[in-house]
Amino acid sequence: MTEFEAVIGMEVHAELLTASKMFCGCPTTFGAAPNTQVCPVCLGLPGSLPVPNRRAVEFVARTALALHCEISPRSIFYRKNYYYPDLPKGYQVSQYGDDPIGRNGYIEIVVGGQTRRIGIRRCHLEEDTGKLFHVSPQTSEVDYNRSGVALMEIVSEPDLRSAEEAREYLVQLRAILTYLGVCDGKMEQGSLRCEPNISVRPKGSAAFGTKTELKNLNSFRAVSRGIEYEIERQVAVIRAGGQVTQETWRWDETRQVTAPMRSKEFEQEYRYFPDPDLVPMVFTPDWVQTQQESLPELPRQKQLRFQEQYGLPAYDAQILTETRALADYFEAAAARHADAKAVSNWVMGELLGRLNAASLDISESKVTPEGLAGLLDLVANGTISGKIAKDVFEEMFVSGKAPEAIVQEKGLTQISDEGALATTLDAIIAANPKEWEALKGGKEQLTKFFVGQVMRATKGRANPQLVNDLLKQRLAS
Amino acid sequence: MRITSEYVGQIGRLSRLALTDAEKERLTTHLNAILAHFERLQELDTTQVPPTAHSIPMENVFRDDTPRPGLTPAEATAAAPESAEDMFVGPRIVET
Ligand SMILES: [Zn+2]
Repeated sequence: MTEFEAVIGMEVHAELLTASKMFCGCPTTFGAAPNTQVCPVCLGLPGSLPVPNRRAVEFVARTALALHCEISPRSIFYRKNYYYPDLPKGYQVSQYGDDPIGRNGYIEIVVGGQTRRIGIRRCHLEEDTGKLFHVSPQTSEVDYNRSGVALMEIVSEPDLRSAEEAREYLVQLRAILTYLGVCDGKMEQGSLRCEPNISVRPKGSAAFGTKTELKNLNSFRAVSRGIEYEIERQVAVIRAGGQVTQETWRWDETRQVTAPMRSKEFEQEYRYFPDPDLVPMVFTPDWVQTQQESLPELPRQKQLRFQEQYGLPAYDAQILTETRALADYFEAAAARHADAKAVSNWVMGELLGRLNAASLDISESKVTPEGLAGLLDLVANGTISGKIAKDVFEEMFVSGKAPEAIVQEKGLTQISDEGALATTLDAIIAANPKEWEALKGGKEQLTKFFVGQVMRATKGRANPQLVNDLLKQRLAS
Repeated sequence: MRITSEYVGQIGRLSRLALTDAEKERLTTHLNAILAHFERLQELDTTQVPPTAHSIPMENVFRDDTPRPGLTPAEATAAAPESAEDMFVGPRIVET
C-alpha cells in the first residue's frame, strides 16, 4: 500500500499587545462591554482617517527579526476588499505582495531529536475585525470593540510534515511572541489563532496534493487532533479512489472531527490595492539595527544556553524555556541550588504538575524559586528524605510557607541517628523472624520489606541509605 | 476585456447588491464604456514609470500608542438602522 506524507503550512494571527488600536486611539482592553471601545475610524464612518500605531509597526519588525526575516526597505498597506458585517469599512487594511514588513525567515524546531528549519514566508501587519453574535434565528449582533485591533499575520512555508511538527512549530512561535512581549499567546481567548493548510502526497513525491484549510483550533490539543484527523481523512479519501477538494474545514471540538464549512458559492475576489490614506513605511538600516539590538534572548538561544550552562538534556531545556517566566523561575532557583538537574526535575515534575492540575500560571505559584531551592538544599544535606520532600512541597504549594519552617513545625527532620535507627531495625527483625531467616537464606527482595518497615515505623523520616547500611551489617555478621 | 452581464452579477453578489436584469444591462454598458477609456490610456508606454501608490511624497507618518476615549455605545449605534442593548443588529448572517 502507498505510504503517504503530510504537507502542512501554518497561517498564524497574533493580536498585538498595544494599548491602542492599529489606526485609531481606541483602547484594546479584553472583555470590555460591547461597543465601548469604538470611534469613527474603527467604525468606518465617512470622513475619518487612519494613522498607524508606531509601536505595532515596531512589534512586527522585532518579531520578523526574531524569525530571521529580512525587513522590506519600503512597505505599504493595502485594502483587502470584501463585504461582511464584522468589517465596517468594507475592506480590511492588510499587506499584500512582495513588500510585507518581514519576509524569508525561519524557525528552528526540535522533534524526535531532529532539528528542522521551518521557513517563514512573510510576517505582516493588518487589523482585526469586529465580533458577530448569532443570538436569534432572525438576527445577528455586532460588537466592534475588536475592529481595528492591531493584528500580525505570520505565514510559514509548507515545510511541516506531521501534526507533531505543526504543534511544535506553534509552541516555538508562541514562545518567541511571548518572549518579545508582542502577544499574550492566549489561544482560548483568541489572541493567537492558527489556520493550518494541509495536503497529503505519496511519500517521496515532490508534487503537492490539493490542500484544505482548517479553522477553529482553539488550543494546542485541538491543533494536534485536528491536523491528525484531517490527514487521516484525506488519506482515506485518496485510498478509496476519491479526490480531495480544495475547501475549508472546521474542527468540531465536541465531536472531535473535522466538518466542511458551507463551501463558497464563488471564488472571493479581494481586489487588493494600495491604501491611499496610509503613506508608505520606510525602514532604514539604522532603524532595523536598533530593533535588532533591542531583542531579548530568544527561546532557542536560551535552550542551547541551558544545555551548555546547566548541563541539562535538550528535552528539559525545551520545556523550561517554553515561557520566559518559567525560564526565569528555573534560573532563579538554579542560582541558589547547585544541582541544576534536580531543580529541573522538580520544576518539570512537581511544580508544573501541581500548577497544571490547579490551572495556575507560574507567576501565581506560592512556591518561590528561593523556597524550592531551600527544599532541595534540605534533601541534599540529608535533613529530610526525598519522599518527605514531596509532602513538604505540597504544604509549600498550598500555604506558601518556607520549607525550613514546615520541617521544623511538623518534626519531619530525617533520622540519621545510627543508634536510634538500629534499635528500631532490631525490633523489627525480632518481630519478623521468618522473613529475617528467608532474607539471610538469600531471598534478597526482602531487603525492601525491612527498609519499608523501618520507614513505616519512623513515618518516612528514616534515612534510607543508613537503614540499608545497618541491614547489610546485620546480614554480614 | 469585455464585461458581460454575468460578471456584473458576480461583482454585485460580492458587494451584497441585488441587481435586477435591467440594472445589470445598464451597468454592463457603463462599465464597458469606462474600460474602453482605460484601454485608450493603456496605449501609453509606462514601462519606465514606477507604479504610483500615493500621490503625496510622504512617508513614515505614525502616532504614539496612547489610548484615548472614543464614542459612547449610544453615540456609536445612533446612526445604525437597528440596535439593541449597545449592539448593532442586522439580519442573521450564516457562517460561510
Ligand atoms: Zn477607534
